[in-house]
Amino acid sequence: MLEFILNTKKIQTDLPSGMTMLDFVRYESHLKGTKIGCREGDCGACTILVGEIYDNSLRYRSMTSCLMPIGNANGKHIVTVEGINMDDLSPVQKAIIEEGGTQCGFCTVGFVMSLTGYCLDEKKSNKENAIASIDGNICRCTGYKSLEKAAFNITEQLQNRDAESKVNWLIENKFIPSYFADIEQRLVAIQNTKSSNATSVKVGGGTDLYVQKHDSMAHTEIDFLFDKVDLNGIHKIENTIFLGGSVTVEDIRSNRMMFEMFPDLLAHLKLISSTPIRNMATLAGNFVNASPIGDMTIFFLALNASIVLSDTINRRTIKLKDFYKGYKTLDKTAEEFIEQIQFDVPNKNTYFNFEKVCKRTHLDIASANNAIRISLNESTIEEIAIAAGGVFAYPLYLIKTSTFLKGKILNAENILAAVEILQSEIAPITDARGDMEYKRLLTRQLFFAHFIKLFPNIISAEALLLNEFSA
Amino acid sequence: MKNIDSRSHTRGESIYVDDIPVLQGTLYAAVFDSTVAHGKIIHLDVTDALVVAGVERILTYKDIQGENQIGGIIPDEQLLASDVVDFCGMPIAIVVAISDEIAHVALKKIKVQIESLPVIIDPREAAKQNKLIIPPRTFQIGNSQEAFNSCEYIFEGTADSGGQEHLYIETQGAYAVPMENGNIKIYSSTQGPTAVQRTTARVLGIPMHKIEVEVTRLGGGFGGKEDQATTWAIVAALATFHLKKPVKCILNRMEDMRMTGKRHPYSSDFKIGLSKELKILAYEATFYQNAGAAADLSPAVMERTLFHATNTYFVPNTKVTAYSCKTNLPPNTAFRGFGGPQGMFVMEAAITKAAEELGISSTIIQHKNLLKENDLFHYGQHTKGCEAENCWNTAIDKFDFEKLEYEIQDFNSKNNFIKKGIAIMPICFGISFTKTLMNQARALVHVYTDGSVSVSTGAVEMGQGVNTKMLQVAAKVFSINHSKVKVESTNTTRVANTSPSAASATADLNGKATELACNAILSRLKKRAAIELSGNESEIEIKDEFVWINGTQTNLTWPKLVMSCYLNRESLSESAHYATPGLHFDATKEKGNPFAYHVYGTSIHIVTVDCIRGTYETEAVKIVHDFGKSMNTIIDRGQIEGGLVQGIGWMTLEEIIYNKDGKLLTNALSTYKVPDIYSVPKEITIYALETQGSENAILNSKAVGEPPLMYGIGTYFAIRNAVKSFNPKVKLALNAPFTPEKVLMALYGK
Repeated sequence: MLEFILNTKKIQTDLPSGMTMLDFVRYESHLKGTKIGCREGDCGACTILVGEIYDNSLRYRSMTSCLMPIGNANGKHIVTVEGINMDDLSPVQKAIIEEGGTQCGFCTVGFVMSLTGYCLDEKKSNKENAIASIDGNICRCTGYKSLEKAAFNITEQLQNRDAESKVNWLIENKFIPSYFADIEQRLVAIQNTKSSNATSVKVGGGTDLYVQKHDSMAHTEIDFLFDKVDLNGIHKIENTIFLGGSVTVEDIRSNRMMFEMFPDLLAHLKLISSTPIRNMATLAGNFVNASPIGDMTIFFLALNASIVLSDTINRRTIKLKDFYKGYKTLDKTAEEFIEQIQFDVPNKNTYFNFEKVCKRTHLDIASANNAIRISLNESTIEEIAIAAGGVFAYPLYLIKTSTFLKGKILNAENILAAVEILQSEIAPITDARGDMEYKRLLTRQLFFAHFIKLFPNIISAEALLLNEFSA
Repeated sequence: MKNIDSRSHTRGESIYVDDIPVLQGTLYAAVFDSTVAHGKIIHLDVTDALVVAGVERILTYKDIQGENQIGGIIPDEQLLASDVVDFCGMPIAIVVAISDEIAHVALKKIKVQIESLPVIIDPREAAKQNKLIIPPRTFQIGNSQEAFNSCEYIFEGTADSGGQEHLYIETQGAYAVPMENGNIKIYSSTQGPTAVQRTTARVLGIPMHKIEVEVTRLGGGFGGKEDQATTWAIVAALATFHLKKPVKCILNRMEDMRMTGKRHPYSSDFKIGLSKELKILAYEATFYQNAGAAADLSPAVMERTLFHATNTYFVPNTKVTAYSCKTNLPPNTAFRGFGGPQGMFVMEAAITKAAEELGISSTIIQHKNLLKENDLFHYGQHTKGCEAENCWNTAIDKFDFEKLEYEIQDFNSKNNFIKKGIAIMPICFGISFTKTLMNQARALVHVYTDGSVSVSTGAVEMGQGVNTKMLQVAAKVFSINHSKVKVESTNTTRVANTSPSAASATADLNGKATELACNAILSRLKKRAAIELSGNESEIEIKDEFVWINGTQTNLTWPKLVMSCYLNRESLSESAHYATPGLHFDATKEKGNPFAYHVYGTSIHIVTVDCIRGTYETEAVKIVHDFGKSMNTIIDRGQIEGGLVQGIGWMTLEEIIYNKDGKLLTNALSTYKVPDIYSVPKEITIYALETQGSENAILNSKAVGEPPLMYGIGTYFAIRNAVKSFNPKVKLALNAPFTPEKVLMALYGK
């Protein structure tokens, strides 16, 4: 039996745990404020808030209910718009109205929920985070400017927010109803009674499985990995970073240690999906999905990460780059799951960069993506690992290109020579994400972009590209 | 005044079709559609689907008692394919089950054997094979052939624009409920309640009065629910007709994307001739419209392409011809702008081509040829209240265009791998349905005995704020508080024979009808007040809910006056009819006065292109827009911003891709990308040019729905200018959308 709180109400249900929260909310609980736009996490019309006890305190995250199995709600607080409506409009609702941010109204609730999530979020309230909170919400009517203004307006109101007792401050200022004050206590009282079954389908955040086959998931026996304690957390032991398989993109994004190792982390991860999806999507899910274009896979391939595969009895550790055997083919048995991800802490001579280009810069699947980790010893490339997405049947570790550059002097000549090898390693196909010729050109450009960005004083764009036009 | 639905929208309390509480016994319909773009149905086998527990019935064309025909303009489209399928996504059968889930499980068990026939997806290929929806049409003025002889410069070329998915966030859907005596009530997410009523009656073979269509609001329409909401309403109604149960049919996103038509892709040839002074003396264009497999609204869309072929320029010698080409795509349909944008894109492409060849800025040619007062359009109408130059000049001054241009040149000279581009897009858009007869509307106004007011019209609220505007009209005429007026749902039993909410004209047509109805009641009220106050009717005025006589407020309040009318057995209700005056068009001559008025505007676009990655950002769009006397600035600005962004989407990242077999590859939100919050212009500035408006516009507040979409075309040309400044030698096709792929290939193209 699943147990969670939906708005004010305690829910105990024997409904299939694979059912989506969207269906549960709309068709079992008859709360029609949450809308269906796409059922693939790409529009945000069904955004809800999910509250849970994390690090001993109550934390809320926005999620798209269309991709969330109710099994992942166990022991949590699910908030729909009905759960934040009060007699008077909340400042979020008021701001949207004030700025003319609602036209047909169908996407509006999603924006209201995302912005309310922003108010509840532990992150700083500033313009950038305000916009980030609605980066997963598509509006076809307004052109967003009015919603942007509403988000800024709310941000101003949050400047006095009490960081210590956020929920209380928000209740006092009528952002959320008063029942939120008791939620933490009520959640602690709910026993988390999940059992796992090794023969069932393993689901992390559900952000891919529920896109691919949401119709069959409701009736699938599921082993929910998302909240397993041993699959969560980011730790450093000596010179190695260990991440649980269920660590989400947002967990990485908001991790201080990761941020210190990768100063451009926020910019990189901004290119990856949207806030609600980053709140749900796990690392292991991204790796196992084996999409040729998986962003986090490319990221960790360039870190030359290892993964620990477990079938709960036996464990083995392999390199991520050896995990992929062919299109959607993995070195993994049906029982195995990714328990852990490990990579070496970069030293001070190590540089990292991630590049991604898609049709729409944000909230889109890449036409091509690329990542590099490079260590220099003065001007010599000591270590280098490059990964390319969207150009092969699986996420590709560019072994030949990396090997070629290792030990070479970092200069334009060697990079230009390396491109020839890179082009021989990749084999893009033509599809909805672009023509193969484009993907080849783009991959070259992203490869160049790493060096131009990381070493502006050594490698100039002119040196790599201007000869294009002299001929 | 804010949109009257704002409060319930933000609280999730607004009701859309799928939010209506379902009645007991409700069944769910799902549509089995063709996976072959063109073929002969050899055999349809539903036996396995029928035995799925919970399946109530499977309907095919054989279950249609009336006509298996949904074509609005031309009867050329079957509801359910009988022997031939013409596009991928064409409905073949309907599964009705006790749940939506079971219906979809059963769909997968239907087998159909289809013998493939040749597939055409290219409109030029269709034209070559003479596969046309209607014979080609030509609009002309002067003699372009002769005029080219006296031109100093002549340029020719080809320009293509792509399709566009409407992507209303609420997918298509309807809920049909059986009423007594075989009547059916349909809750539909449609812009055209009457179209749903008429076509359902036709398919079911019953009179229109047995069908009642009710529309509360739409979660977005943009033209996609003008004609194409009808199919799903009939699907539900047909099942209700046979099973006598309530039936709901809501498409999921992928069904919606593959089964419904989109904005028409166009491929066009142009020839433009200029004098030494850069006056456009002659223009010729041939448009190949990709209509898809059936007419739908394509002939009307094609007509508007011809009307707007010269955009906002005066061209004394014009000859434009359009072909509506029959292909094996889902029938393309109305989409904000309705063919106008496609025509204007070609004109702007021609000017750009000329400017590039002459080595000058397009803006010089644009500026020299703007329409002036009393200029003659190629379709025989003269400009009246022309604001083309006013908008342009105001934009140039207000936004200091020269400085912007200089800053961009300066920036580009200093940066090798980031380039900026600037372009201007002026617009002129005609307001009215080009089919003259459709320019009529009715309103039904009741004043209840407590003084509260109810307004029903044929207008459908889909986010454009038309209900708010209707409320404003009634409140203004009666001079009562907004809270006293309620705008009702749109229902065919209250207001009949309506034109769809389209052509930007909904507020004008329905607002004028509302104004007439309110005035008729007001006149009776005044008469009554005169009697009550023993005065003269001409001395009576109703102001702020009080009766005034000779400029003095009396004790006679609005509710008291209303009650007095009632007690004296006078009607407090009125149904009024409005038809836009002065409209006519002779299709045999292709001349007339088709538009009530024109809307003008000018937009300046600035973009930045990352010349390493091929990505771009729109820095700013600065607009001077001719609102007339805007009756609701919040709503009207919202229309400008939303229309602009939708237009930019069409011109940049929204790319519809069909493979050669006619299968839609961009069939989900993961592959079809509309603008998100990060991809919209960083700055949108709108300067409201207050002009006289038009007496044909409601309260002189000009129509605002479609015109701003065409501003988006400017972003395309700004990107092009940026690309050109990086790679001046590149031979660059005029081919929208300008996706990052095309940008990168152009940056490094030869």
